[in-house]
Amino acid sequence: MEIDPLIFRLSIFILSIFVGYYVVWSVTPSLHTPLMSVTNAISSVIIVGAIIAGLSGNSESVFNTSSFFGFLAIALAAINIFGGFLVTQRMLAMYKKKKKDKH
Amino acid sequence: MISANLSAIFYLVSGVLFILALRGLSSPETSRQGNLFGILGMIIAVTVTFLSTGNFSTGFLFVLIFILIGGSIGAFIAYRIPMTAMPELVAGFHSLVGLAAVFVAISAFLNPEAFNLGFPGNIKLGSLIEMSIGAAVGAITFSGSVIAFLKLQGIMSGSPITFKGQHPLNAVILISIVVLIYLLCSTQNSNLFWILLAVSFLIGFLLIIPIGGADMPVVISMLNSYSGWAAAGIGFTLENTALIITGALVGSSGAILSYIMCKGMNRSFFNVILGGFGATEEDTSNSSSKEQRPVKSGNADDAAFLMKNASSVIIVPGYGMAVAQAQHALREMVDTLKKNDIKVSYAIHPVAGRMPGHMNVLLAEANVPYDEVFELEEINNDFANADVAFVIGANDVTNPVAKTDPQSPIYGMPVLDVEKCKSVLFVKRSLSPGYAGIDNDLFYKENTLMLFADAKKMTEDITKNL
Repeated sequence: MEIDPLIFRLSIFILSIFVGYYVVWSVTPSLHTPLMSVTNAISSVIIVGAIIAGLSGNSESVFNTSSFFGFLAIALAAINIFGGFLVTQRMLAMYKKKKKDKH
Repeated sequence: MISANLSAIFYLVSGVLFILALRGLSSPETSRQGNLFGILGMIIAVTVTFLSTGNFSTGFLFVLIFILIGGSIGAFIAYRIPMTAMPELVAGFHSLVGLAAVFVAISAFLNPEAFNLGFPGNIKLGSLIEMSIGAAVGAITFSGSVIAFLKLQGIMSGSPITFKGQHPLNAVILISIVVLIYLLCSTQNSNLFWILLAVSFLIGFLLIIPIGGADMPVVISMLNSYSGWAAAGIGFTLENTALIITGALVGSSGAILSYIMCKGMNRSFFNVILGGFGATEEDTSNSSSKEQRPVKSGNADDAAFLMKNASSVIIVPGYGMAVAQAQHALREMVDTLKKNDIKVSYAIHPVAGRMPGHMNVLLAEANVPYDEVFELEEINNDFANADVAFVIGANDVTNPVAKTDPQSPIYGMPVLDVEKCKSVLFVKRSLSPGYAGIDNDLFYKENTLMLFADAKKMTEDITKNL
């Protein structure tokens, strides 16, 4: 009997939870705020679903109810992606060591 | 157009890059590189999606336009937002992830052919289950985050909103969500899908209103976790590895942060979620007794004198520092102290501020080197050897009652051993109790000097007197 592909996806999911568990425990507490903003940005990879939805209209009508929701989702996810990564970058740039090599 | 197998491999690559992005955060040195990995992963995922649909018609143009619109709004916010507003920003971003998940689910429900999920009214059972779970969790994330945002922004009162029968009502709604998903999957009735969304929005709202302002670190972490589970749910629907991996990562990340925050308050997750800290405790009996206890108060001059004669000072920042925007003034004060060969370090309690790591970001913004900033376990033994503890905007996290009085609502919470210092300077606007609604014994200690003023102004005055 063949294995349902769902089982493979479930395996990836469960293993990723464990990877996440160990990776996140090793994040230093002082970077917990950047952790939240970067997880925010990467969870917006949901934009791939939004793009498929947005492109689901046919050539005569780009906008139908379904693709319209897709376009809205694209805009929301894009706010998060750009906003999330850039604000993380801005925060991380501020973390500095004691000024030894300056001057 | 690239094959489904090839695009699946690229999605896996971007999933791995996201893991590396989080891995980078294990130290500030590797963190910037980690963020670049994350950006690269996102670019790969988006590009592969374009290539695999192979659709570069007018629709593609509109996709680019919407990415551009969203992207410029996001970039604008990212550059303009002050660091003190980071908790609000993160809550706001969570709500967008939740809403995007809902929209994708709606779109897939209306037009399942585009996603290879079957036909309207006859969607594959597995996909429908995943889709409705993703939509429900997304909706809860959205409305919950909106409430969290309003509370953090001060548009809505930070105090818990409770009413009679709240918990039974929530339980009934949660059960009805499960029933609705079951009915939806067995009947494919589209009305049930809309009802499910409406009920999920409602429960997100109801779950967050009873939670008070200082419990926000737990709430934000929890919503972070939810946004991950919503993404994973959609990932299963779309059979997309990048989304499944990311959803699992973000979901467990948020769960771990919630756990750390709850531990920092010695409260169970359910205790926080069910809300209303201090709502049941506290009658008038101890507020009458506290009137009589003497308090020593001083001015900037006294504080400067104490610090000038110290050889080591530990700074304990809290939410009040963020409110007063005192981090820059504080750094200047510390610079002056260091010029006088006084050793200065910072002690951060896990739940100081309104989100995990809130104080660290503010200190980093003020150019405080991160190797002078310590977590509770690292520094707690040092208080006994320090000359001065400078408490700025923190309160409950320094209260010795948590160690001595089993009757106290915060008993057992890990606190900073500030009272062991030779002297304690406590910057505060008044003697009012902190969030937990209990009196802080530290105010009345022999070696405590209260500095009643705005945190920023007091710090500046001390610097002038040094």
